[in-house]
Amino acid sequence: MRRFSWFNTTALTLGFAFLYLPMIILIVYSFNESRLVTVWAGFSTKWYGELLQNELFLDAAWVTLQVAVVSSTFATVLGTMAAYVLVRAGRFSGRTLFSGMIYAPLVMPEVITGLSLLLLFIGIGLDRGVLTIILAHTTFSMCYVSVVVSSRLVAFDRSLEEAALDLGCTPWEAFRLVTLPIIAPAVISGWLLAFTLSLDDLVIASFTAGPAATTLPIRIFSSVRLGVSPEINALSTIMIGIVTVGVITASLISKNAALRQRAEEQAAERAA
Amino acid sequence: MADSAEARPMPHGGIFEPWNDPTASPLIRFENVTKRFGDFTAIDDLTIDIFEREFYALLGPSGCGKTTLMRMLAGFETPTEGTILLAGQDISPIPPNKRAVNMMFQSYALFPHLSVWENIAFGLKREGMAKSEIDARVDEMLRLTRLERFAKRKPHQISGGQRQRVALARSLAKAPKLLLLDEPLGALDKKLRQETQFELMDIQEKTGTTFVIVTHDQEEAMTVASRVAVMDEGRIIQVATPDAIYEDPSSVYVADFIGDVNLIEGRARPEGDALLLDWAEGERPLRCKTSKSFSAGQTCHLAIRPEKLTISAEEPAEADNRARGRILDIAYLGNISTYHVELPGGLVLKAQAANTRRIARRSFTWEDEVWLSWTETAGVALER
Amino acid sequence: MGRRLLIAVPYLWLLALFLIPFLIVLKISLSDPELAIPPYTPTLDWREGWAGFTEFLSQLDFENFVFLTEDDLYWKAYLSSLQIAALSTLLALLVGYPIAYAMARAAPEWRPTLLMLVILPFWTSFLIRVYSWIGILSTEGYLNQFLLGIGVISEPLTILNTNVAVYIGIVYTYLPFMILPIYAALEKLDDSLLEAAEDLGCSRLSAFWLVTVPLSKAGIIAGCFLVFIPALGEFVIPSLLGGSETLMIGKVLWEEFFSNRDWPVASAVAVVLLLILIVPIVLFQRNEQRQREAEG
Repeated sequence: MRRFSWFNTTALTLGFAFLYLPMIILIVYSFNESRLVTVWAGFSTKWYGELLQNELFLDAAWVTLQVAVVSSTFATVLGTMAAYVLVRAGRFSGRTLFSGMIYAPLVMPEVITGLSLLLLFIGIGLDRGVLTIILAHTTFSMCYVSVVVSSRLVAFDRSLEEAALDLGCTPWEAFRLVTLPIIAPAVISGWLLAFTLSLDDLVIASFTAGPAATTLPIRIFSSVRLGVSPEINALSTIMIGIVTVGVITASLISKNAALRQRAEEQAAERAA
Repeated sequence: MADSAEARPMPHGGIFEPWNDPTASPLIRFENVTKRFGDFTAIDDLTIDIFEREFYALLGPSGCGKTTLMRMLAGFETPTEGTILLAGQDISPIPPNKRAVNMMFQSYALFPHLSVWENIAFGLKREGMAKSEIDARVDEMLRLTRLERFAKRKPHQISGGQRQRVALARSLAKAPKLLLLDEPLGALDKKLRQETQFELMDIQEKTGTTFVIVTHDQEEAMTVASRVAVMDEGRIIQVATPDAIYEDPSSVYVADFIGDVNLIEGRARPEGDALLLDWAEGERPLRCKTSKSFSAGQTCHLAIRPEKLTISAEEPAEADNRARGRILDIAYLGNISTYHVELPGGLVLKAQAANTRRIARRSFTWEDEVWLSWTETAGVALER
Repeated sequence: MGRRLLIAVPYLWLLALFLIPFLIVLKISLSDPELAIPPYTPTLDWREGWAGFTEFLSQLDFENFVFLTEDDLYWKAYLSSLQIAALSTLLALLVGYPIAYAMARAAPEWRPTLLMLVILPFWTSFLIRVYSWIGILSTEGYLNQFLLGIGVISEPLTILNTNVAVYIGIVYTYLPFMILPIYAALEKLDDSLLEAAEDLGCSRLSAFWLVTVPLSKAGIIAGCFLVFIPALGEFVIPSLLGGSETLMIGKVLWEEFFSNRDWPVASAVAVVLLLILIVPIVLFQRNEQRQREAEG
């Protein structure tokens, strides 16, 4: 490229250094022998061992995982329904309010969402715990899911659904046999997004979690308020590792699928 | 254009024209159907009959309502007013998935996650047909459309022409009473389109299905259809066989829409079974045979196809109509050439002549003074 | 029938768990604090019917909002939130634009990888990304060690627990939101436009100002809102990286609720924050709408 100059190279190098150095340092120092996290004292994996002994963290991780799996599953179902309503249901009374309620949580500060849900749960006398976190997470992540799924539905050729109806499907069969398999990648990425949002959430969980249920971010937050700790470094490394492997695998799979599809299309046109 | 299909013979020898048979009852009848979208009237008080085994073409510019008409037949739109009868039964309350009507979509709408075989079997499975019957039927469809080799492929693994045939096979698999084809050849390149037109006619004849095709391509409509309905702004302008549409258009709109035409406006002067047209000061009136009656002085349009004009260097001795002009432009199309000839009044007529000689030896060139002539039966007199 | 059910389920869910809770916030912001459970009054008693309802309404007032204007803590918190959000947005733009520009100018086969590298941090825990800066910015942290080591400074800098650390934290965590829309706008930019500008006598720099920047304007605006809006209500970054001098409204709300247990004032703070947010949100929506129309 003519314009790929020293300027662009510098911008990319510095930019990605800024984005990645903090996390790389974190990972490196999670293998530090010393408890003094800023002083390197030799390689060790002992903090990972300590982490696995720490009941508090393990319990919190278990709660978080349960909340994330259940809430992202609900959010995917509700969000896909909402996306379908937004894109396909046409006009109905209260449509403006509906789309407002889908988009508002995306820009709503988490402190407000958390506060309002807490006040609701207290108002109806629902004890705070795993259930309330699940309800809260489902509500805000379904909006993200519906944005992801509806952007796929907008691009979806509507005549495919009409063809299914034309060939004898009921509307539900058309959705199940034609629409859903085709939008499945978007639904899956919606689920993954909801899952990470739930894993990640501190503020809303802090409001809606009771003493009975503490999630991992709450545990991490109360721990890091006191400063850097090598166990948190180890925990962070594990989480970063899982996400990195997941994202890279997903993007490789979709890239390969796209490449194969293009190659097959070209072969078909050449053969014709 | 010129080789528009003749009315096709019936298997038992007679000419297939049920629309001229007063005892025949139509497969489809639109009765005063109107369709509005908000303020926009897509279909305006339309009444037509379509007969069994017909290959019926809806032809018109985009936005003329032809697609809406078809979608009402498929069940994706309901008429605002009027009724649509299929074999005498009102189909308005029947949802698309219960109609004995299938549609081939413009985009083909092949299910990308299913193989060719599964696409064709899709509708049969919904019917709850036995597995062995499905197998037999799909195989039959694959044979009909010459797709046996591609049964296991996914839609993206076959070419555009093959996809078109899968879409056709899929919509024919359920043996519908009526097959709707929405611009079925629109996505194919010109050469493939012409081949496929004949294939389509062949398949229609073999299966005996009634076809309704929507197209904006007049050549396609003329080639495949038993009757062509020319539409504009939600109304039917003319329904007739392709040759009648071409040779005997009912209005200036149809004459102009189908093929190339010269239009000469003038005042009518009836004279027996013919008509004289005063078209310019100091020019000889034009003579035209017509069965329509015009009153004296009425505005009249003479429509003449360019290939029906004869171009010559000398004044023709015996001709019903003749006019002198100057060659303005020549469009060389290989087999024929179109000459644009300007008459003294400024009117430009197009005349077509076959290039039977090599181009270097052709008789006319730019700026030549020439004569145009035609017979009294060559043109059609139209009121509007 | 099926259609009605399809609409009803997500609709009712959002009504119950988004709209109604928000109305409760609004209502409590108009109530008085009370040493009780729940710690506010009045509470609506449905058993008393219409009379109870009017009685309930008559007890609501704007006292808490008046309180917010009287105590300058809140004023300062709102202003300082606006200022921190605005300045961090500007910084994110200055950092993000060159990256987006360089990505859009990179060889096409590299772009998907670069894009993934920008998106990857977004999938990693927000909390961890903020946390990673504590170790870097603290007095005995890696940055000070490095600067002392190469001899640029002789005394460690105090960055952690100041507003500077908050700026760094916001720019760092929200940078992908700035880069992505600008990249999307720049990627569509046709190279021949720049060549045409140069052909017509522009220098490279003036071609950049006269062609590239105006054509990426929509991306810049979108990116700025995507950073500004969440930064305004941010809680985690100021509470982990900021100090006692850092006043941000998200943090104030949190403390009002959890430490002071003053629910009515916390609710009033939330309502005012939302009112402030409506302006940028509406502007952002308009920008998106215009963009869609321009493309559509």
